Amino acid sequence: MDRFVWTSGLLEINETLVIQQRGVRIYDGEEKIKFDAGTLLLSTHRLIWRDQKNHECCMAIPLSQIVFIEEQAAGIGKSAKIVVHLHPAPASKEPGPFQSSKNSYIKLSFKEHGQIEFYRRLSEEMTQRRWENMPVSQSLQTNRGPQPGRIRAVGIVGIERKLEEKRKETDKNISEAFEDLSKLMVKAKEMVELSKSIANKIKEKQGDITEDETIRFKSYLLSMGIANPVTRETYGSGTQYHMQLAKQLVGILQAPLELLSPEDLVNACKMLEALKLPLRLRVFDSGVMVIELQSHKEEEMVASALETVSEKGSLTSEEFAKLVGMSVLLAKERLLLAEKMGHLCRDDSVEGLRFYPNLFMTQS
Amino acid sequence: MAMSFEWPWQYRFPPFFTLQPNVDTRQKQLAAWCSLVLSFCRLHKQSSMTVMEAQESPLFNNVKLQRKLPVESIQVVLEELRKKGNLEWLDKNKSSFLIMWRRPEEWGKLIYQWVSRSGQNNSVFTLYELTNGDDTENEEFHGLDEATLLRALQALQQEHKAEIITVSDGRGVKFF
Repeated sequence: MDRFVWTSGLLEINETLVIQQRGVRIYDGEEKIKFDAGTLLLSTHRLIWRDQKNHECCMAIPLSQIVFIEEQAAGIGKSAKIVVHLHPAPASKEPGPFQSSKNSYIKLSFKEHGQIEFYRRLSEEMTQRRWENMPVSQSLQTNRGPQPGRIRAVGIVGIERKLEEKRKETDKNISEAFEDLSKLMVKAKEMVELSKSIANKIKEKQGDITEDETIRFKSYLLSMGIANPVTRETYGSGTQYHMQLAKQLVGILQAPLELLSPEDLVNACKMLEALKLPLRLRVFDSGVMVIELQSHKEEEMVASALETVSEKGSLTSEEFAKLVGMSVLLAKERLLLAEKMGHLCRDDSVEGLRFYPNLFMTQS
Repeated sequence: MAMSFEWPWQYRFPPFFTLQPNVDTRQKQLAAWCSLVLSFCRLHKQSSMTVMEAQESPLFNNVKLQRKLPVESIQVVLEELRKKGNLEWLDKNKSSFLIMWRRPEEWGKLIYQWVSRSGQNNSVFTLYELTNGDDTENEEFHGLDEATLLRALQALQQEHKAEIITVSDGRGVKFF
């Protein structure tokens, strides 16, 4: 609650009123305070609260002070609320109703409803950040209000105050570091809302999904790495990015990679052969995909697999993998290929799947 | 008994009891199964069987090896035999079948050859005489089961070499 400053409630030049709502109570953290019935106004720059009974009691918080906001649904005997998390007040803050507060958030309780629409508008203002484009002059932030100005202190109190200011500065740095996160969270909420809106429109056939909504939705998907949600591009017409990646893949196979989506990796691999690189993508009948050296001849490997199986009489994929020193998945693929080529046959029972040399063909 | 019967090498080969996915391998496997079924039934003088019997018979169930051919695969083997002319379903539900280690046409040929050789064309025989008469003691078709015999004679009938007729106590055949 120490972030509020007294204000006349008059809007500045460039400042526009967005929405207002009667019957709003303010909480300092979880604590009820005396500001129990007021009109809450949202402008492009600030959140203003004016006491319904005493119009002179009017205070505001700049929107830039808000880290992020949350909704709290109404309950039995409880009104819906908006929780507003705040940055620490700057050292240069003008006087307000509270000198200090242990809480870094306030709650706005909508006793006469209106929470949903207010929340929506507030989210919008926080995303658009119009106050950044339309500065208002500081001097019009007035000192009017029943409280006196800040007292400058010296001596021990002065030292204490300096320590307090240093703490606030640290706090502010931390909050700034989390600003991106707050922006992300606002965007995430936006995306969820947009998705819900589209889903509802589809469900209830409530009119068309606007082009704007579609564009916004696609841009969200793009930022998540889903290039084209409507049609899948075939690897034949692959993007520049995948081509570059394919070339790089050869060099960086051993080195730790930065985060790379499996889809990107597969698309890049699909281009290996076309780009005449020494690696290539191979797809087995089962759908399993592997990267192998161009020089690698799986068919030759099959001949040696047959030798190994014959030596041991019969082998499961796991046994073969262990013997040869390869992954069970690849071991199975090799044995299946050998079976396909007619070198091995299978014994499938409750004991598991075993491969034998194909005596059906070799023995009369 | 089964002990005197000589099992083929495949019978001791576990993959024999798994229907092979490789088409060429499967072909060899099925051929081996067909051969085994026919020789088994011939030795045990078994001319008919139910599918349930087959499942539990040592023919498809090698207890020592702990492998048995699953019923779906047994059906595949039986279908192969039917296509080759060695098997005939005795009911619509395909629950029991006639198994003929020699195809009816082949039996018909043997019988007709004997009839001609012994100059008995235009003779009439009861079915019993053919399979159990002293005259046929040394013939291969001696002791042949009636169902198979009937089909053999039907094959000859198609070729107008014989005609199945009714005689005093059953059925008989006239050869031309």
